[in-house]
Amino acid sequence: MDMLTRIPVREQDPKVRAKNFEEVCLGYNQEEAQIEATRCLKCKNAKCITGCPVSIDIPGFIREVEAGNIEEAYHVISQYSALPAVCGRVCPQESQCEERCIRGIKGEPVSIGKLERFVADWARENGIQPKAAEVKNGKKVAVIGSGPAGLTCAGDLAKLGYDVTIFEALHEAGGVLTYGIPEFRLPKDTVVQSEIENVKVLGVKIETNVVIGKSTTVDELLEDEGFDAVFIGSGAGLPKFMGIPGENANGVFSANEYLTRNNLMKAFDVSYDTPIVAGKKVAVVGGGNVAMDAARTALRLGAEVHIVYRRSESELPARVEEVHHAKEEGIIFDLLTNPKEILVDEKGWVKGMTCVKMDLGEPDASGRRRPVEVPGSEFELELDTVIMSLGTSPNPLISSTTHGLDINKYKCIIADEEKGQTSKEGVYAGGDAVTGAATVILAMGAGKAAAKGIDEYLTNK
Amino acid sequence: MFTIRKKELLANNIYLMDIEAPRVAKSCHPGQFVIVKMDEKGERIPLTICDYDREAGTVAIVFQAVGESTKRMADYEVGDTFRDFSGPLGCKSELIDEDPEELKKKSILFVAGGVGTAPVYPQVKWMHEQGYNVDCIIGARNKDLIILEEEMKKVARNVYVATDDGSYGFKGNVNDKIKDLVNNEGKHYDHVIAIGPIIMMKFVSILTKELGIPTTVSMNPIMVDGTGMCGACRLTVGGEVKFACVDGPEFDGHLVDFDESMKRQQMYKTQEGREILKEKEGATHKNGGCGCGGND
Ligand SMILES: Cc1cc2nc3c(=O)[nH]c(=O)nc-3n(C[C@H](O)[C@H](O)[C@H](O)COP(=O)(O)OP(=O)(O)OC[C@H]3O[C@@H](n4cnc5c(N)ncnc54)[C@H](O)[C@@H]3O)c2cc1C
Ligand SMILES: Cc1cc2nc3c(=O)[nH]c(=O)nc-3n(C[C@H](O)[C@H](O)[C@H](O)COP(=O)(O)OP(=O)(O)OC[C@H]3O[C@@H](n4cnc5c(N)ncnc54)[C@H](O)[C@@H]3O)c2cc1C
Ligand code: SF4
Ligand code: SF4
Ligand code: FES
Repeated sequence: MDMLTRIPVREQDPKVRAKNFEEVCLGYNQEEAQIEATRCLKCKNAKCITGCPVSIDIPGFIREVEAGNIEEAYHVISQYSALPAVCGRVCPQESQCEERCIRGIKGEPVSIGKLERFVADWARENGIQPKAAEVKNGKKVAVIGSGPAGLTCAGDLAKLGYDVTIFEALHEAGGVLTYGIPEFRLPKDTVVQSEIENVKVLGVKIETNVVIGKSTTVDELLEDEGFDAVFIGSGAGLPKFMGIPGENANGVFSANEYLTRNNLMKAFDVSYDTPIVAGKKVAVVGGGNVAMDAARTALRLGAEVHIVYRRSESELPARVEEVHHAKEEGIIFDLLTNPKEILVDEKGWVKGMTCVKMDLGEPDASGRRRPVEVPGSEFELELDTVIMSLGTSPNPLISSTTHGLDINKYKCIIADEEKGQTSKEGVYAGGDAVTGAATVILAMGAGKAAAKGIDEYLTNK
Repeated sequence: MFTIRKKELLANNIYLMDIEAPRVAKSCHPGQFVIVKMDEKGERIPLTICDYDREAGTVAIVFQAVGESTKRMADYEVGDTFRDFSGPLGCKSELIDEDPEELKKKSILFVAGGVGTAPVYPQVKWMHEQGYNVDCIIGARNKDLIILEEEMKKVARNVYVATDDGSYGFKGNVNDKIKDLVNNEGKHYDHVIAIGPIIMMKFVSILTKELGIPTTVSMNPIMVDGTGMCGACRLTVGGEVKFACVDGPEFDGHLVDFDESMKRQQMYKTQEGREILKEKEGATHKNGGCGCGGND
């Protein structure tokens, strides 16, 4: 065996998967996982751990995989992560754990993410569940939002004996895992549902259809409903638009709308009532994970899809694996291109988009080279659908209805990193609501930190 | 699960239901709405809160069975349950936070078109309970489509019914009636609140602008989540993009870009929806569905 290259992971053929919503990556089987595990050097001073936001004992669990003790491997990971089946699939491993792997110096880094996924899937398929706390401490904590931050915080607190209720605005739990990331990357009924079940097994109650700030408020939860502390994990759900002419035309969607119709409301399945205007020729504006997901969804619904991104390929913020998959499936990348105007027909529908070519100039505040327009390079793309994927910011619904909760100029809730403590006593926050749109693992890490902070606060109170 | 406690046929195709939803009943205000999802596969359907009983923990909705989803909803009976009932959503009516002394001095006219009478009712009722007198015009295509008239009479100072075909009350649309009240009956109004099909709200707003009367309208664009997450409900108000589900649904009628909103509302209706609407409502649906005749 060539120790420099990783065991390839089986994937659905691009031609086939471009037409279905089943998972693209099929994952390792036990044999493949055990062989890949032998590539890990089980370093004493494991650099990979420093790249993982929740510091999973990576050599520790890989050692168990190699020995075939998959259940033990699961217990190792579980000490650090509540959502391994999710993180193994969607973490940007190439810029986190795998980027630091010693194996990566000469050859390919160990497939840490794929191994993690294998362990978590194995545990699910073999019915291994976390254990509920034996003694309850009688203290009540409310968790707002059921995304990775909320689920993790709730799970950790329940393990410590707290009586935890999650309040979720939508009709399903999971946050972005349910409404945003598509089925073909993160299966809902198997992976996401079972992660949510694992949290329920710990005794956490989930009340859906409750919009904090409207149905009730943080202040009321603390004062009238008898909660001793509150964790806010409400994410960054508010979509941005460009503010260019034609943006309110029919056929222009935010990526959130397009993905929500398809994932949460299951518009791709005709037996569900919610419709989607799939589009025949679609442009997705943006270059992040969200843009890739929207583009690949539109492709599966039958469209020709263009990614329109104003910088070059090396600046694409999406995960490398997603860009690679998107290309394999036939997504067309119009790079160094920026929309100027959406062209609208007399009935109010999109008929095209005027774009301009861009050049990369001097580095900007983010350290990336700033795109500048090439004068006179305007051209028209003929389209019937435009999906805006320009990022999101936190919804002010909670911050504007909670007395004494400070936010910054981006409307993000201010909370300290170590414990998630906000400016209001007994109120903690974490995840995208604090950082702005980030990653699953960072949200999870913040949920964990806040659970610790809340436990300390309530123990000393 | 949310249980249906009462069901009533108000008029041809228009139903009222009381739904047991204690959290919503406890915190809702006039002007707000809920999202109903009937079952696993159903859509999220936005419906205005028409009344509520905080003690009993129930919320009343009134809907017109116009398309696939609302027709399916009409088949639900007392004792059946909706899987999801989320709310209250949107902002409460601005009247509620207005200074009572100022409000007392004002003469207010509500203009309700078709099924739009349903959302008008709780606002008029609230005004009545606070001791304010308001007038109300209820407009519809014909007599059979008039809803909540008796209820409205109990809470409004004057109720004027207008039908396009003259089959009941004043013959003409709501705009004809506004002109009649202002020009012939010497009425003076400081504020108009118009709720009904977009086309009606558009023309009422054009008229009240001429008459110099500040006007509030309640917009009902297509929605998905109703929490500000998808942007499906966006509309232009005074040149700015707003999300109706969180910034509204009530806006200044003199600032709303109605033409854009009308086009946006057609988005999904052009497919299955329109076929059904055509079949059920005949040619009238292009008037906006209620037949209030606002499209002159
Ligand atoms: C399409 C898409 C693809 C992505 N791909 C990746 C990826 O590949 N890898 C990766 O690491 N990250 C990815 N991300 C980012 C990642 O999903 C988020 O960073 C993460 O989900 C944030 O978790 P959270 O718990 O803070 O918030 P969320 O997951 O956003 O959950 C917040 C929850 O709170 C609820 N809520 C909001 N307001 C209220 C309220 N007032 N009352 C009650 N409930 C409320 C929301 O409905 C939601 O369910 C992606 C994001 C999107 C949108
Ligand atoms: C804030 C708000 C309050 C509302 N209050 C009421 C009310 O009190 N009573 C009432 O009868 N109706 C009300 N509506 C309209 C009601 O939601 C629509 O009539 C209903 O969604 C139509 O669904 P359908 O499938 O039966 O009809 P169809 O017209 O066949 O619908 C086809 C498609 O169009 C979409 N759609 C069509 N019209 C609307 C619309 N106006 N809003 C959202 N989606 C739409 C639906 O998503 C559906 O997918 C309100 C809408 C909003 C936004
Ligand atoms: S959680 Fe993410 S960063 Fe950490 S080891 Fe797993 S894949 Fe790597
Ligand atoms: S750095 Fe790489 S080789 Fe070393 S322990 Fe981590 S995964 Fe194994
Ligand atoms: S309905 Fe989604 S943002 Fe208003």
